[in-house]
Amino acid sequence: MAQHPAHGAHEAHDSHEAHGSLKSYVIGFALSLVLTAIPLIIVLNDVLEGTSAKVVLLASAVLQFVVQLFYFMHLKEEGKPRWNLMVLILGLIIVLTIVAGSIWIMTYNSVG
Amino acid sequence: MAQSGNHSVANPAGHDEHEGHHDLEALRMMGFWIFLITDCILFGTLFATYVVLHNNTAGGPTGAELFEMPGVIAETFILLTSSFTSGLAVLSMNRGDRKGLIGWLIVTALLGASFITLEITEFVKLVHEGAAISTSGSWSAFYTLVGTHGLHVSVGLVWMISIMLQLGRHGITSVTRRKVNIISLYWHFLDVVWIFVFTIVYMMGVM
Repeated sequence: MAQHPAHGAHEAHDSHEAHGSLKSYVIGFALSLVLTAIPLIIVLNDVLEGTSAKVVLLASAVLQFVVQLFYFMHLKEEGKPRWNLMVLILGLIIVLTIVAGSIWIMTYNSVG
Repeated sequence: MAQSGNHSVANPAGHDEHEGHHDLEALRMMGFWIFLITDCILFGTLFATYVVLHNNTAGGPTGAELFEMPGVIAETFILLTSSFTSGLAVLSMNRGDRKGLIGWLIVTALLGASFITLEITEFVKLVHEGAAISTSGSWSAFYTLVGTHGLHVSVGLVWMISIMLQLGRHGITSVTRRKVNIISLYWHFLDVVWIFVFTIVYMMGVM
């Protein structure tokens, strides 16, 4: 969201309406379709296997997450200070810590 | 998405009522964003549980044996399309087109309902094939993770219908505008969570 150039009611209203465009939604949708199709083709046709397949799958998922953040959720349009982005990053750090930490700890748990 | 609302600090006085109202709506929007991040953490813990437990099948059936991909692929494309149509609803709203807005919300809700129908059908089938929530740690984690997502979609449907009723009664006001922005954000978020369910639970399960 752009910062308001002036503080009148109408300016605030207009900048709100500038949110997203048909173009950004169509681009986001098209990219998401492609990023969903890639894992399907790879897994269902056994193009890749094992670790390399997992890497491509996770990379496609993360890319699609980023695409939707920008094209559907308009993260880039946020004005400064970027509170939404900061909260998001904090949340992602917590999520990654929980997921990676759980996997790490439980790997050793199953060993002994 | 929420604006920072910070300009009210820079200009503490001299705004008309509408501007103050607008700031409050923006702040509420940001509050919802913070809720979404905490919801992310909830799903993070469920994903962690699933990843840790998905091999603990207690001699019972595994996901690789029972998952039927055509249904899951259909669910994925249905939810992705509904995320797109909820964006089109917001675009109609920004043009001041109430009919278009309600129309796209109806399309979104119908797609969401077909997603839930497919998911419930899948769950019933899995239970019949001997994979209930009590079968093994693997299936407990599966139903908790996928079920929590499905519950979110169901709550979103009820919520979306109530917003459509409010739009029918009050039209597009600053309050209903914020509500539509929030439900659309929530819907995009549910699709993002589904991408990871699809990738980690189903794709990695069957490969």
